[in-house]
Amino acid sequence: MSVHANPTSPHFKDNAHKALGDPQLQQAMGKLRIGFTAARAASAARLPEFEALRDSARDIKNHTLANLDLYLEAYEKKVVEAGGHVHYARDAAEARKIILDICKEKGAKTVAKGKSMISEEIALNEALDAAGVRPIETDLGEYIIQLRGEIPSHIIGPAVHLTKDQIEAEFRKAHTHLDKDRNLEEPTSLLAEARGVLREKFLSADIGLTGANFLIAETGSSVIVTNEGNGDLSQTLAKTHIVIASLEKIVPTLEDASQLLRVLARSATGQELSVYTTFSTGPRRDGDPDGPQDYHVVLLDNGRTSMIGTEFQEMLRCIRCGACMNHCPVYHAVGGHAYGWVYPGPMGAVLTPSLIGVEKGGLLPNASTFCGRCEAVCPMRIPLPKMMRHWREREFERHLTPSVQRAGLGAWAFFARRPALYRLATRIGMGALGFMGRNKGRFSKLPFASGWTQMRDFPAPEGETFQAQWKRERGGR
Amino acid sequence: MDPSSSKRVGLFATCLVDLFRPSVGFAAVKLLEDAGCTVSVPSQTCCGQPAFNSGDQADARALALQVMDSFANCDYVVAPSGSCAGMMAKHYPELFEGDPELQRRARAFAAKTFELVSFLTDVLGVTQVRASFPRTVTYHDSCSGLRELGVQAQPRKLLASVDGLELKEMKDSDVCCGFGGTFAAKFGEISGAIVERKTVDIIGSGAPVLLAGDLGCLMNMAGRLSRQGRAIEVRHVAEVLANMTDTPPIGAPAEKSAEKTA
Ligand code: SF4
Repeated sequence: MSVHANPTSPHFKDNAHKALGDPQLQQAMGKLRIGFTAARAASAARLPEFEALRDSARDIKNHTLANLDLYLEAYEKKVVEAGGHVHYARDAAEARKIILDICKEKGAKTVAKGKSMISEEIALNEALDAAGVRPIETDLGEYIIQLRGEIPSHIIGPAVHLTKDQIEAEFRKAHTHLDKDRNLEEPTSLLAEARGVLREKFLSADIGLTGANFLIAETGSSVIVTNEGNGDLSQTLAKTHIVIASLEKIVPTLEDASQLLRVLARSATGQELSVYTTFSTGPRRDGDPDGPQDYHVVLLDNGRTSMIGTEFQEMLRCIRCGACMNHCPVYHAVGGHAYGWVYPGPMGAVLTPSLIGVEKGGLLPNASTFCGRCEAVCPMRIPLPKMMRHWREREFERHLTPSVQRAGLGAWAFFARRPALYRLATRIGMGALGFMGRNKGRFSKLPFASGWTQMRDFPAPEGETFQAQWKRERGGR
Repeated sequence: MDPSSSKRVGLFATCLVDLFRPSVGFAAVKLLEDAGCTVSVPSQTCCGQPAFNSGDQADARALALQVMDSFANCDYVVAPSGSCAGMMAKHYPELFEGDPELQRRARAFAAKTFELVSFLTDVLGVTQVRASFPRTVTYHDSCSGLRELGVQAQPRKLLASVDGLELKEMKDSDVCCGFGGTFAAKFGEISGAIVERKTVDIIGSGAPVLLAGDLGCLMNMAGRLSRQGRAIEVRHVAEVLANMTDTPPIGAPAEKSAEKTA
């Protein structure tokens, strides 16, 4: 069974262990760590009003979420006026069914897809395959991981976990009918190669399916940004265009969307704007040079409306820029696949338990040092660490916290809440530990701290506690 | 500052300093007294952060109340740690959401709570220290101090006044060392990989001395450096600022002096 249907998030530690031992992944992550952070920093620095822009981006989404039903209604009205259809899907199964029904109705054999994380969330490709419809990924990264039978490891760069050599090898394996001497050194030549193979499939695809970065209530448009232009091709060439988006992608106005687009590109890749920003509004009208004959929007809930009104509501501001993972030391260390489901990194650590349940996703919000860098760069000012902590609270309340950890914490809290006992116990304990560690100044093994000493020494205490010395020297003032 | 209005500062040593490195506590006392404060050390255990970050709200609240009671008579509460100061100054009020009376108390407590070095510079107006440390050092910005409390320029400013000291910045000094409190124990392997990465930048700076303002991070980095067999001396920034560097560095044997290990 695939990761989509059977998340490996409960095995995060095993996944991480494998990732840490994978030299190619480590090489790829090293590149991401340096490249993305530098690009975002430079682009934020170039725009003096960036911080103000973040505030207004946050406010736009807060306002939208507070009036979500109103804006969804307005959006739907506009799409219908333009001749399109809007479908609401409560969960992944409903969304898949709606899309498969459209495929069936159209007798579709192939679906050309732009990049869409929602399509990953609902495991659409597998459903299409099972129904005899071929999904064709037109985004370069998506295409590569499709060749490899993987899921994206990053929300904007699906194949960032791969090195250039791995990608080149994948292409040579898949495109055997092409010239063996072709140069695949540059990303652009890889893109050209992929296009060469894909273009005919684009042209013959029965249905074009894209995600959406924003849905604009004022105009009924969906907006998609790409750096490859594949969004345009997937949606304008086919007879039927399906937009699949989660319902919090809605924004009130075109002006709002353009504000969010500015923070999105800067936060994601450090660009001023992405290379292609494509708007689509309903099917082709008389006189339009191109465009689909049929236009469908599938709006996915999948647990999102139940986040509204909870401590996780702010997560729905997320515009999927990826900055939080680009700046996350844990993500850098283990890559996106370790998170075990569709959304990795800090945003995934908050979102995954909401979408697949805290029983399965509960380890992810624990896998954070709370360094706060994600919150510091999030263009939407989402308090990611705070929300991860809320998940830990829910786990703790429901006694899902691992028992060893709970027992350790309980023992610590028992003493910490009894200062006299604490002083007595720590005085004895530290005295002993200090004495044992005197010669070396550190321990390379400690029975109760194997998690620590596996990778590093444990510095020995000086011996007498501060409070004991203070009492001796200053009479405990 | 006005010497007639000696400030009553309660030192929250932090549990790590209390248990593992009392010399940091004494360094903090010296810095505060040199700046004219009257320092006391009220009864204390832990600020409650491990409980708070593990989702254990009940214990976190109980410990917060215990700290607030214990330090009730102090004008200021100062901790040689951005992490514990951040817990008290930023998160105590959050802990009492839904209880206006306690939240008001927690806010008042938060308002008088500071991280040591920024307290010296920002509240007491200290611009220089009397200390000598003729070594090249590099400085790691611990996350909570940096991002919750804005501690970044302050330690560098005071270090610049230390006789003979040269600061050589490492690359990405503001990137996490992988400690993360209980994270280092719960996810030891990942934490170890992050600190391994961190040591590349520490070593890359070329400085033989590493300083930071949080003992947890320091123990983590010192532990990894010593596992690698590196002779980099690791100290809390307060020790250098207080001119109290006779104690062996973190993780070094008790009998050798600092000079010999370096
Ligand atoms: S949580 Fe913030 S930083 Fe992360 S993807 Fe969403 S908007 Fe971007």
